[in-house]
Amino acid sequence: MAQRLLLACGIALTVAGSLAPFLWFALTSFKTQAEVEAVPPLWWPSGGWHFYRVALFDHHLLAYVANSVIVAGSTTMLALAIGIPAAYVLARVKLPGKAWFLGGLLTVSMFPQMAIAGPVWRLLADVQGLNTHWGLVLPYVTFSLPIVVWILASFFRELPAELEEAARVDGCTTWQTLTKIMLPLAAPGIFTAAILTFIYAWNEFFFALLILTQPGKQTLPLGIALFQGEFTIPWGELAAASVLATLPLVLMVLLFQRWIISGLSAGAVKG
Amino acid sequence: MADLELRAISKRFNSHAVLHDISLKVADGAFTILLGPSGCGKSTLLRVIAGLEPQTAGEVLIGGRSVDALSPADRDIAMVFQHYALYPHLSVRENLAFGLAMRKTPRNVIEERIAETAHLLDISPLLDRKPKDLSGGQRQRVAMGRAMVRKPKLFLFDEPLSNLDAQLRTNTRIELKKLQQRLGVTMIYVTHDQVEAMTLGDVIVVMERGRIRQADPPHETYLRPADPFVAGFIGTPPMNLWAGTLDRRPGGWIFRRGGLEVPVPPLRTDLSGHTDADVILGVRPEDIRIEPTAEPSVRLEAAIDVSEDLGADQILHCSVMDERIIVRVSQRPPIPAGRRLSLSVPQDKWHLFHENRRLN
Repeated sequence: MAQRLLLACGIALTVAGSLAPFLWFALTSFKTQAEVEAVPPLWWPSGGWHFYRVALFDHHLLAYVANSVIVAGSTTMLALAIGIPAAYVLARVKLPGKAWFLGGLLTVSMFPQMAIAGPVWRLLADVQGLNTHWGLVLPYVTFSLPIVVWILASFFRELPAELEEAARVDGCTTWQTLTKIMLPLAAPGIFTAAILTFIYAWNEFFFALLILTQPGKQTLPLGIALFQGEFTIPWGELAAASVLATLPLVLMVLLFQRWIISGLSAGAVKG
Repeated sequence: MADLELRAISKRFNSHAVLHDISLKVADGAFTILLGPSGCGKSTLLRVIAGLEPQTAGEVLIGGRSVDALSPADRDIAMVFQHYALYPHLSVRENLAFGLAMRKTPRNVIEERIAETAHLLDISPLLDRKPKDLSGGQRQRVAMGRAMVRKPKLFLFDEPLSNLDAQLRTNTRIELKKLQQRLGVTMIYVTHDQVEAMTLGDVIVVMERGRIRQADPPHETYLRPADPFVAGFIGTPPMNLWAGTLDRRPGGWIFRRGGLEVPVPPLRTDLSGHTDADVILGVRPEDIRIEPTAEPSVRLEAAIDVSEDLGADQILHCSVMDERIIVRVSQRPPIPAGRRLSLSVPQDKWHLFHENRRLN
């Protein structure tokens, strides 16, 4: 009993610790300018949507949101479109040097971004990819593919091979086996990979800063960062914009959580 | 429906040979069992027939036509897998329809076939459920249904009952037999369970280490096992087998092992030149009598070491000279351990083998 109490307290503390900065920002976003600057700091805001109005209309936040949706959405789609077949083959087909290939993927994903920033910029400059969305999507897909392939390959490996054999006897080609049988069963893995990729692309700052210099093309993290005025930091507007930037992610995770249920493949084999 | 012929099938995985030169003919409408201990290659052979595994050498013919170049789907076979392999995200109805839909069967024909199959297997009320909501026995039926609904030339079963509990297994076995008799279809059935093999099969193909040891009807396999392996594999408890030598005596041949001497039964094979040959002599526990019989028989004086009472039967573990012998009797009241018995074995109940061949 005491042990469970301790565990509950630990969990509560961890959750509170993780949420505290976000809560503080959320509270700040509803304050007035005077409340933001008050010393000692005020806990509770007197309310008001002022900062939200400023962020949305004076700083054109929605344009940044649109850019982010395009970039993160395309990155996710493309990463899955390439990652799913690759993972299936790596999980199921006997290939010479497969272990080396998977190891290589992992190594690639460990390169420090700083080290490849220069080459990526030069390559994109050569193909007129700077200041375009696809110019940002391309490196994002490259960076997220290793983790997508690893997640999906481990999911495909878990599915019983008998199911694929049954599909072959039933008349499926390899591609049909993948789309009709394996994909629905690997849905939890696919959603997990999709969400991780989307969050990465949504939050990424460094390459976005490097590749997108025209304000009209920039993504949310850039937009928010560039709120900063010459002499003051507009905390209230920043807070409001950050809350707006985070909400879609939270909503998406909550929405997809229902799909990320394990045990979807229960009943496939004897059980 | 069709017959099946295997011509000199061999299969290797890298350097490991799993099947050696397997040749077999299965008649149209026959229920054929592939029986053997685990690792004997019976499942691999089934997968070669299905086309899931390519053979290293040899030929598979279904209905007189070579199918080696055909995919599993084009061989017109259906397979029931050990773990059923139902598609978990599809309902029972969709599971049954899947193979037909892949073959572009018209919608109304699919509906008709599903209704017919569901009725036959008594799974009509389950059609809209998902596999995870079915019991083991129900999943087994659906797996059978998925095979039957396509009306294939050949049914392949890979230990389909091994995941059911004992009671259900017996019931399903009987229903499977009825079903096969009613439909008259050709079935190849892999199992390691000799009761399934004896009760279901028209022909039992006994396999060991990638080779066919015997392919005969069940009673023939039981009464006249072709070699010591089959003799020891079929029957519970297993046949008593003694390794020894043949000796010529005035008036006939004698089997000798240590101090034990047994007159050799009438043989089909000419034994001249077999003096001192290494042979194996066998007798089934249930063929040994504990009362004197009128038939010409061999008498053995035995002592009971252990007596196991199974209710209907009693298993006596005895010693004859220094040799061990198991006897199965249905004697009431049970005979206690420690007693001495005079065993008699009718002449025609002996089995004699030499170099993996049957001599009598």
